[in-house]
Amino acid sequence: MSVLVDEDTRVVVQGITGGEGKFHTEQMLEYGTNVVAGAVPGKGGQAVAGVPVYDTVQGAVREEDADASVVFVPPAFAADAIFEALDADGLDLVVAITEGIPTQDMSTVNRKLAETDTHLVGPNCPGVITPGEAKLGILPGNIFSEGNVGLVSRSGTLTYQVVDNLSQRGIGQTTAIGIGGDPIIGTDFVDALELFEADPETEAVVMCGEIGGEDEEEAARYIGEQMDTPVVGFIAGRTAPPGKRMGHAGAIVSGSGAGTAESKISALEDNGVPVGDTPDEIADHVAELL
Amino acid sequence: MRLHEYQAKEVFADAGIPTPDAQLAETVEAAIGAAESIGYPVAIKAQVHVGGRGKAGGIKLVEPESAARAAAESILGMDLKGYRVSRVLVEEAVDFVDELYVGVTMDRGEGRPVAMVSTRGGVNIEEVAHEDPDAIVREHVDPAFGMFPFQARKAVYEAGVDRDIAGDVASILQTLYQLWEEKDGSDIEINPLMVTSADSGSADESQAERGVIAADAVMNVDDDALFRQPELAEMEAAAGEGDTLEVKADEYGFDYVRLDGNVGIIGNGAGLVMTTLDLVDYYGGSPANFLDVGGGAKAQRIANALDMVFSDENVDSVVFNIFGGITRGDEVANGINQALSEFDEIPKEVVVRLAGTNAEEGMEILNEDLVTVEDTLEDAVKRAVEYAQEVNA
Repeated sequence: MSVLVDEDTRVVVQGITGGEGKFHTEQMLEYGTNVVAGAVPGKGGQAVAGVPVYDTVQGAVREEDADASVVFVPPAFAADAIFEALDADGLDLVVAITEGIPTQDMSTVNRKLAETDTHLVGPNCPGVITPGEAKLGILPGNIFSEGNVGLVSRSGTLTYQVVDNLSQRGIGQTTAIGIGGDPIIGTDFVDALELFEADPETEAVVMCGEIGGEDEEEAARYIGEQMDTPVVGFIAGRTAPPGKRMGHAGAIVSGSGAGTAESKISALEDNGVPVGDTPDEIADHVAELL
Repeated sequence: MRLHEYQAKEVFADAGIPTPDAQLAETVEAAIGAAESIGYPVAIKAQVHVGGRGKAGGIKLVEPESAARAAAESILGMDLKGYRVSRVLVEEAVDFVDELYVGVTMDRGEGRPVAMVSTRGGVNIEEVAHEDPDAIVREHVDPAFGMFPFQARKAVYEAGVDRDIAGDVASILQTLYQLWEEKDGSDIEINPLMVTSADSGSADESQAERGVIAADAVMNVDDDALFRQPELAEMEAAAGEGDTLEVKADEYGFDYVRLDGNVGIIGNGAGLVMTTLDLVDYYGGSPANFLDVGGGAKAQRIANALDMVFSDENVDSVVFNIFGGITRGDEVANGINQALSEFDEIPKEVVVRLAGTNAEEGMEILNEDLVTVEDTLEDAVKRAVEYAQEVNA
C-alpha cells in the first residue's frame, strides 16, 4: 500500500519538452513510473523519450487516460498550467515542481483548489515517491527503499538526509511526499497526515517542518486529537533570525516572532510527538516506534 | 523586496492617496533647500530599511533652519543599526489629532489576502495584534473577485473609525488593495494614517473638515513576481543598499543570509542548510551564514560559494555539506579541489561531507591535504565547530 501514487498511476508531464521536463521524464521512466503523455501547447504530435506529447492536458487525459500530472513549467506560466491540470476532467493528483511562482498566483490557485477533489502537491517541491512503484518529480529514486514509514517534508534535500538516516537502520518508506517550501501550497501537513493515517501499511510517519507559518502547529493539534499512527517530528530553522527568508519563500520568522521553530517544536511535543534534535535522532525515534 | 518610504509614498501618491509634501535629499544643503520650500516645521527622516528609525535617532522634527541643519548633519552619514544613511526625506510636519492603521497582506494560513484597519495606529501594529487582537479588524478578500467596495466600508466602520472620515479611509483601503494586487505586494500598509485637525476658525468651509494623510508608507513586494514588475525592480536597483556580502550573493545567484557567528556554512537545499546551521548551534558553535548553492552545483558555483564564506571576516572555519540527488558527489568533489587549489594558502579550515549520488567516488576524489573529510553530517559539523574554537583558543 501507499498514498497518492503507485505503479498504476498514469502520468502526464506538463512542460515535457523543456530541459528539466525532459531530463526528469527520463529519470521517472527509468524508475518505472508509468509516464503516458506530455502536455505542451503547440508541441502536440511530438514525442519525448518515446512519450507522446499533446497540446492540452485534456488531450492527454482523453487519449492516454492520464490520472496524474507533474508540472515542470517555468514560474511565470506555472499557475496557468496548474489551473489547466485542475480543470482537466480526470486528474486525481497534480504535482507542481516549479520554484518561484508568485504568491498571488498561488492564492488564486488555492481558491480554485477548494472547488475540486484533485490533490495538488507543491509547488516548489521535490515530488512524491512510492519506493519500488513510481516517482512523480525530481527525487533521487536510488536512496529510497520499500518499507512502512510515511514521510512528509517541506524540504527536498532534508528529506534525502532523513531517508539516509532511516536506511542505515534498515527502515524503508511507504510513500514520501515533499509538500514544498512556498507560503501557499496545495497539500499541507494535515492533508498528508490524513492520507498516511488511512493507509494500513504505514506504521509510523516522519514529519519534517521548518520555520514560517502555522502548518506545523495545526498538524500537531491534528496528531494529538485524531491520529493513531505514531509520528516523529523535526523542525529546521532553530537558528534563523527574524525577518530573513531562509532559502524557501515560506521559511521566514516574522518580525513579531510568529512562525518560530520553538513554537512548532513545543506544539509537537505537547501533542506527544517526539522531535529529533538532529536528523539521526529522528531515525532513533522511528526505530523505537517500530 | 522592500521599497523605501520615499519610494512607497511616490507609488501611493500616484494612486491618489494623500501624502505630505516632501523632497528627497542627499546633502545637508539640499535638505535645507527642501525644508525652506516646504516650510517649517519639517520632519527629517533617514531612508534605510530598519525598524524603529525614530527611537534610533533617524527621524527628527525640526524648526527653524539651525535645528534642521543640525538634524540633517547628524542623520546623513549616520550608522543606523548597521546601515549607513545616504538619503533623507524632508517632509512637511503634519498637524494631527489621531492616528489610524490600514494595511493589506497575504494570510498564508488561509491562502487569501486580508485587509486590516485599526484605530490604534502610530504604534507597532504587531504588538497591538499580540496584546489586543480585537483592536484590528480583518476582512478577507476572495482573490478571484478582488475587494468589493462594501468590504472596505465594512472594515472601516467595524473598526470604529469616526464617521466624518470613514469614507476617506475606506477609499484609501480600497486603493491600497488595488495597489497590492497590481504591484504584487506582499505587505503594504500605512501606519500611521494621520487624521488632521479641522481648522474651525477658517472661513473656507473645506478647511473646517478633518482629513487623513499617509504619514508613513510600507510596501513589500513579492521577490518572485519582480519579473512582471519592471518599474519596481528598477526602484530596488536605485535604492542599492544592503550588506555587501548579501549584494555579492545576489550577483552569484545564491540564497544567502548573514548571521553573526563564526562557522561558515555551504550546502544544498534550504531545509538541509537550515538544519546544518541548527546543528552548528546544537554542537556548541555559532553559524556565520546560510548559503544554499542549489541543485546540480558545478565547479564555478562551488568556487563562488567558497569565495563568499572566505570573504566574511567573521568566519573561522567552514562546513560544506552536500546531499546529492541530481547533484553528483564526484562533480562537487572536483569542484572543491579545483577551487581550493587556486589558493597558495587556504584561508580557513574546510570540512566536507558528501552523501547521496556518487558520494563515495566524491570522498575519494577530495584532496585531504586541502580539506577535512567526514562521513556524517553530525561529525562534519562537530569538526568544523572544533576548528572554529581552536582559532579562538
